[in-house]
Amino acid sequence: MKTDSNQSCNKGCCDESNEQIKGFNSSNISIMPSMRPPLNPMAEYEKSGYELCSFVENFVQTDADPVPKIKTHLSKKDIFSTIKVRCGIKRHKYTVTPGLYCIGNPDKNSEVLVTANFKLTFDHVRSQLEGLDVWILVLDTKGVNVWCAASKGTFATDELVRQIKRASLEKIVSHHRVIVPQLGATGVSAKKVKKDSGFRVVYGPIRASDIMTFLKNDRKADQKMRMVTFTFSERLILIPVELNMVMKPAFIVLAIILLLSGIGPGIFSFSVALSRGSIAAAALFIGVFTGAVITPALLPYIPFKAFAIKGIITGVVFALATGFMLTTTPFVSSMTSLTSLFLLTIAISSFLAMNFTGATPLTSPSGVEKEMKMFIPVQLLSLATAVGFWIYSAF
Amino acid sequence: MYDQRYIDDVSSLVLNPEECVGCGLCVEVCPHRVFELSDKKAKIVDFNACIECGACVNNCPTQAIEVTPGVG
Ligand code: SF4
Ligand code: SF4
Repeated sequence: MKTDSNQSCNKGCCDESNEQIKGFNSSNISIMPSMRPPLNPMAEYEKSGYELCSFVENFVQTDADPVPKIKTHLSKKDIFSTIKVRCGIKRHKYTVTPGLYCIGNPDKNSEVLVTANFKLTFDHVRSQLEGLDVWILVLDTKGVNVWCAASKGTFATDELVRQIKRASLEKIVSHHRVIVPQLGATGVSAKKVKKDSGFRVVYGPIRASDIMTFLKNDRKADQKMRMVTFTFSERLILIPVELNMVMKPAFIVLAIILLLSGIGPGIFSFSVALSRGSIAAAALFIGVFTGAVITPALLPYIPFKAFAIKGIITGVVFALATGFMLTTTPFVSSMTSLTSLFLLTIAISSFLAMNFTGATPLTSPSGVEKEMKMFIPVQLLSLATAVGFWIYSAF
Repeated sequence: MYDQRYIDDVSSLVLNPEECVGCGLCVEVCPHRVFELSDKKAKIVDFNACIECGACVNNCPTQAIEVTPGVG
């Protein structure tokens, strides 16, 4: 008889069993009432009121508490959730419980890798560690990635010391060394960690994909591993969240635009609000598109360093391109209204491009401050002029 | 991809070579390769790449480095 691995699935211990059922083929229909329930090797870890996480495959005994052993391959559900989180649908509380985990069969000489409890980070890290025997110490960063948590002060010296002590790490490994991702250094002081916990901090590579090489090279990282990048795909992946953030304010602006568009010789007209308004809405849409999509995507190729200027440039290019098309419609026959739409697009585009500074690993707070002081007045003036011209052009 | 730079001459980074003991930790943690070690001293080799993240400040054992970003 075929006994597929599906049968030994830790039924009841994880919600992943459902997904595995989907993977059954007709030759092993085992969901029949006559079947004996599958053996559950994790039964001894079941506790009332607790549910075992789907990424835990077993527990290993240590001189301290048993440590959950986690899988290195991501389930369909993990991947699906990742996509949702990336789109900004489910960003809050996407966390794993902080504490010690392990991969493979680590012993007292195995390395301890420190990471954040944002599930996306956790999933990414474990998926890069297949075949290794390592301990993973997850800090409570409130579901934020290492880089952002380090600057917010949750991926920090005190939290690292706290988790080292909570896991009784000195009983689990004999080397007294933890590997902290380099981008965590903003929140961690190696010297203080040593003083408060006895553990030495070794800074690992920036990217989880370099961990294997780093460990193979006796914990040495080369220049490339130590340098932050902001590639096309790294930028693209941020765009959905960026768009999600502007959605609400954009709708408010849209409502205001519709209101303003209705003002005219007849005091207020709904039909004019809709017809003129939809054209102004298109200008708004172009501004959002160039500021929050085009500028991030083409960032290094757009001239000038200030993001606000980059936003103006992309805004101008797209506004000019569409402006010609708009001249054919009856509502933007005048130069005044065309200028108004033009300025609206540019103000929005410039502001959103500037907003993107917060998402990049390239911008210094002092630089952003300088840029804001210079360009917020420009954006406001442009917006105010746009509104003035728009109302004026209706009469 | 390292040609992606931000506004020049804004960083508040200050290195005080007298305090430096040449441990190299700042060179290691800086994500933008701002420092190099030469003659057992840290040296700023790419000032304008600094993003004021504070990693170097946090890890320098002798407080030889300072950054004071305004609002952050
Ligand atoms: S503040 Fe950050 S970017 Fe600037 S020199 Fe220090 S580590 Fe490098
Ligand atoms: S971390 Fe401080 S002491 Fe060490 S090399 Fe850099 S400046 Fe010098």
